[in-house]
Amino acid sequence: MAEGIRDKVVVLGMGCSVFGERWEDDSSDLILEAYLECIEDAGIEKKDIQAAWVGNHIDEVNIGKGGCYLASTLHLPYIPVTRVENFCASGTEAFRGACYAVASGAYDIAMAAGVEKLKDVGYGGLPDSPIFGQLYRLLSPNATAPGMFALLATAYSTHYGMPMEKIKEALTHISWKSHQNGAMNPRAHLRKEISESQIADSPFIAYPLGLFDCCGVSDGAAMAIVTTPEIGAKLKPNQELVRVKSLQISVSSGEELIYNKWNGCSLPTTRLAAELAYREAGVTSPREEIGMLEVHDCFSVTEMVTMEDLQISLPGKAPEDIMSGFYDLDGQVPCQPDGGLKCFGHPIGASGLRMIYEIYSQLLRRWPEERLVKEPKLGLTHNLGGVPFQNVCSISILGLD
Amino acid sequence: MVGICSYAGYIPRYRLDRMTVFSAMGWFNPATIMNASGEKAVANFDEDSITMAAAAGLKCTKDLDAEQFGAVYFASTTAPFKERQNATIVAGALGLNEEIRAADFAGSLKSGTTALLAAIEYAAMTEGEMALACAADCRLGRAGSVQEMVFGDGGAAFAVGSAGVIAEYKGSYSISCDFVDHLRGANSKYDRQWEERWIRDVGYDRLIPQVIGGICKKYGLQLAELAKVIYPCYYPGARKKINHKLGLRPDQVQDDLMMDAGDTGSAHPLMMLAAALETASPGEKLLVVSYGNGCDALLFEVTAVIEKFPNRNRVSDAVKNNIELASYLKYLIWREMLPVEIGMRGEEEKLTRWSVAWRSRKAILSLQGTRCRQCGTQQYPPQRICVNPDCGAIDHMEPAALAAGGGKIVSFTSDLLAATTNPPAIYGTVDFSGGGRNMMDFTDCVLEDLKVGGPVSFTFRIKYIDPRRDTTFYFWKAVPVKEVTEGG
Repeated sequence: MAEGIRDKVVVLGMGCSVFGERWEDDSSDLILEAYLECIEDAGIEKKDIQAAWVGNHIDEVNIGKGGCYLASTLHLPYIPVTRVENFCASGTEAFRGACYAVASGAYDIAMAAGVEKLKDVGYGGLPDSPIFGQLYRLLSPNATAPGMFALLATAYSTHYGMPMEKIKEALTHISWKSHQNGAMNPRAHLRKEISESQIADSPFIAYPLGLFDCCGVSDGAAMAIVTTPEIGAKLKPNQELVRVKSLQISVSSGEELIYNKWNGCSLPTTRLAAELAYREAGVTSPREEIGMLEVHDCFSVTEMVTMEDLQISLPGKAPEDIMSGFYDLDGQVPCQPDGGLKCFGHPIGASGLRMIYEIYSQLLRRWPEERLVKEPKLGLTHNLGGVPFQNVCSISILGLD
Repeated sequence: MVGICSYAGYIPRYRLDRMTVFSAMGWFNPATIMNASGEKAVANFDEDSITMAAAAGLKCTKDLDAEQFGAVYFASTTAPFKERQNATIVAGALGLNEEIRAADFAGSLKSGTTALLAAIEYAAMTEGEMALACAADCRLGRAGSVQEMVFGDGGAAFAVGSAGVIAEYKGSYSISCDFVDHLRGANSKYDRQWEERWIRDVGYDRLIPQVIGGICKKYGLQLAELAKVIYPCYYPGARKKINHKLGLRPDQVQDDLMMDAGDTGSAHPLMMLAAALETASPGEKLLVVSYGNGCDALLFEVTAVIEKFPNRNRVSDAVKNNIELASYLKYLIWREMLPVEIGMRGEEEKLTRWSVAWRSRKAILSLQGTRCRQCGTQQYPPQRICVNPDCGAIDHMEPAALAAGGGKIVSFTSDLLAATTNPPAIYGTVDFSGGGRNMMDFTDCVLEDLKVGGPVSFTFRIKYIDPRRDTTFYFWKAVPVKEVTEGG
């Protein structure tokens, strides 16, 4: 009988580069920046790393396919390196690979890296590519990410009979809150506080989403080194260790895309992954037990529906919670304390590990007082790769010993 | 008896007021004021001769059994492909069998009537099989030219056969001569035209009476016994002169749609014939004449079946379904007459992988999905494993034709980031009538036309153009249907 991952792996060290428009840096520079912090934090040497995974989505820009790029950037000594790609969950997939490797007993110490260099694309937004294969390209609309996520808003409005103005208010507050948090974070891509009216009045990108409903498209890298609790305790005898409480992935079955039953605004992948993650971590009442969230706010509306799918807000009630400040930094369950994808930025392959980095750093109380979440016991990360009707959802829950 | 069993005209939704053209270009060629009345029909950014022929063909074959068709002919002087049969693409969009004869007719504005004649001959020879003749044109005139004023975009389609004939074919007469009033070389976008006075006086004014005289003599006809004499001629003066020369009564003259649509090229005589059939009565004789390097003349006699023919207003309805295209610049950009910056996103790879398209041609061209024989769930694109989680049957599918049934809107957005020559890109999720769901582009609409739950129909359109490889790829889009109140 499978037991899951709970308490079998600890995070030994982490690193995260500054996210942003890193015009002067290659993916290798970003990787190195995360690595230097990570290896120092872990307190080990390169030769101690026995296997590595690297998450990266758009291989065409900069890193190519396979594991070679990471291996040759760090000159890893002929260890196994695997490149993983699972849309925006790629970083968490790399982490999952490293954790499973350690939990299985195959290795003592493993590395997970995530990197993305988006500012060599040549234009704003993500590059256009046949992400669902060649046939789908011929049958699907001339769509972009903001447009496909915007569909959540029309469907939500219809499903709950909620006027779009009311939804827009909540979306505006989501972006406002992330800008407040991001402004305090020296590694964030967008570090400016903006007013709610600036957000609400920003030009449309894809109805009803405006410019400030969209996250930053950034360069960045993040990294983790994981080991077993026993080795961790030996290497860091006087320190609290962050434990992996659960790791779950759920992938669309195709029903959302072609079967008529889906309501278009509640994601079955997030719902299922959350349910399994809570069970794995022993969480029975997420709204009370989860202390902080780093979720996939590629667009403000994604964050809104995710609050319901994670069972923190009741169905149809996320806008109310959002407007009450429930998810603000000083609220009951702070969401995106580091600024989120919205302001910290979204280098796709790095994002999952960046979220884990924030939870890890918060749990270890590493941030200045103004950015600290009040005593979280458990933190949750959530990635949603792909588009609402065809996606990969990953969830991790981390906590202290 | 062989003859016309069904007909339809298609006029794209957008109309450019000729004074809008004159306001923009009159400074350059003030003489075009002579042509500046009425409207020209303008194909949307995602329409061309193939899509317009398909639209006319879909309307024409709506109540007919697709299995009965043995041939599909497509006529145009603006066919998107020199090689890759245009007619076969149209046949695919109409959901017809692959066991059919298909042919493209081209090279002259009389190609539309020639295609119709070929269809009639096919039906006459095969006894029982039907043939479809479609014609469409989307011709360009240079900015500031007379052609730009008079040309309009549109298509027409005729189903011919020997059962359910509404207008019996009685005979034809043709003239083919190398009268080069205008020409367009294989590599040219625009026509080159000889002097208008010569075209008028030696072209229209001689050839049309000559072919009409020829068919009358051949069949011993008196012009006075014809209910309508249908011929294209975009010079109003010349038209008047020809009518006078032929001694036509005003009621014998068929309106040439120049004020409503413009000269639709190879489709034009067929469009006018379709319009004539809207009001024709049993026993009436209709003479249709085309013009282009000679003329075809075809004689029809309307039968009693026409009185039971459903939705006869198949041109005038299209005339009424219009919206003004207020911007002349938009027209230039849609027709690729003005270079426009659509951004680097628009430069991304558009290589069409033909072996992929081939395997899924029914899904792409005919919007054909599958229906599970076990649980009845309809699904698109075709699946081998039933998507219904309570079923999951493997390889128990039958084809499901989805194009005609329409659907309803589930969600929508209007995207300003997507690369298109007609921003914003409007798309969303659509549920097919009878089940199945797809993400689709919407067309012929603005954001305000969309509401969740609203009905849509499906239309065969250009999906993308790959300029690097000179390739057009087609797929279906959804058009919000306006709820029309009866008698409104």
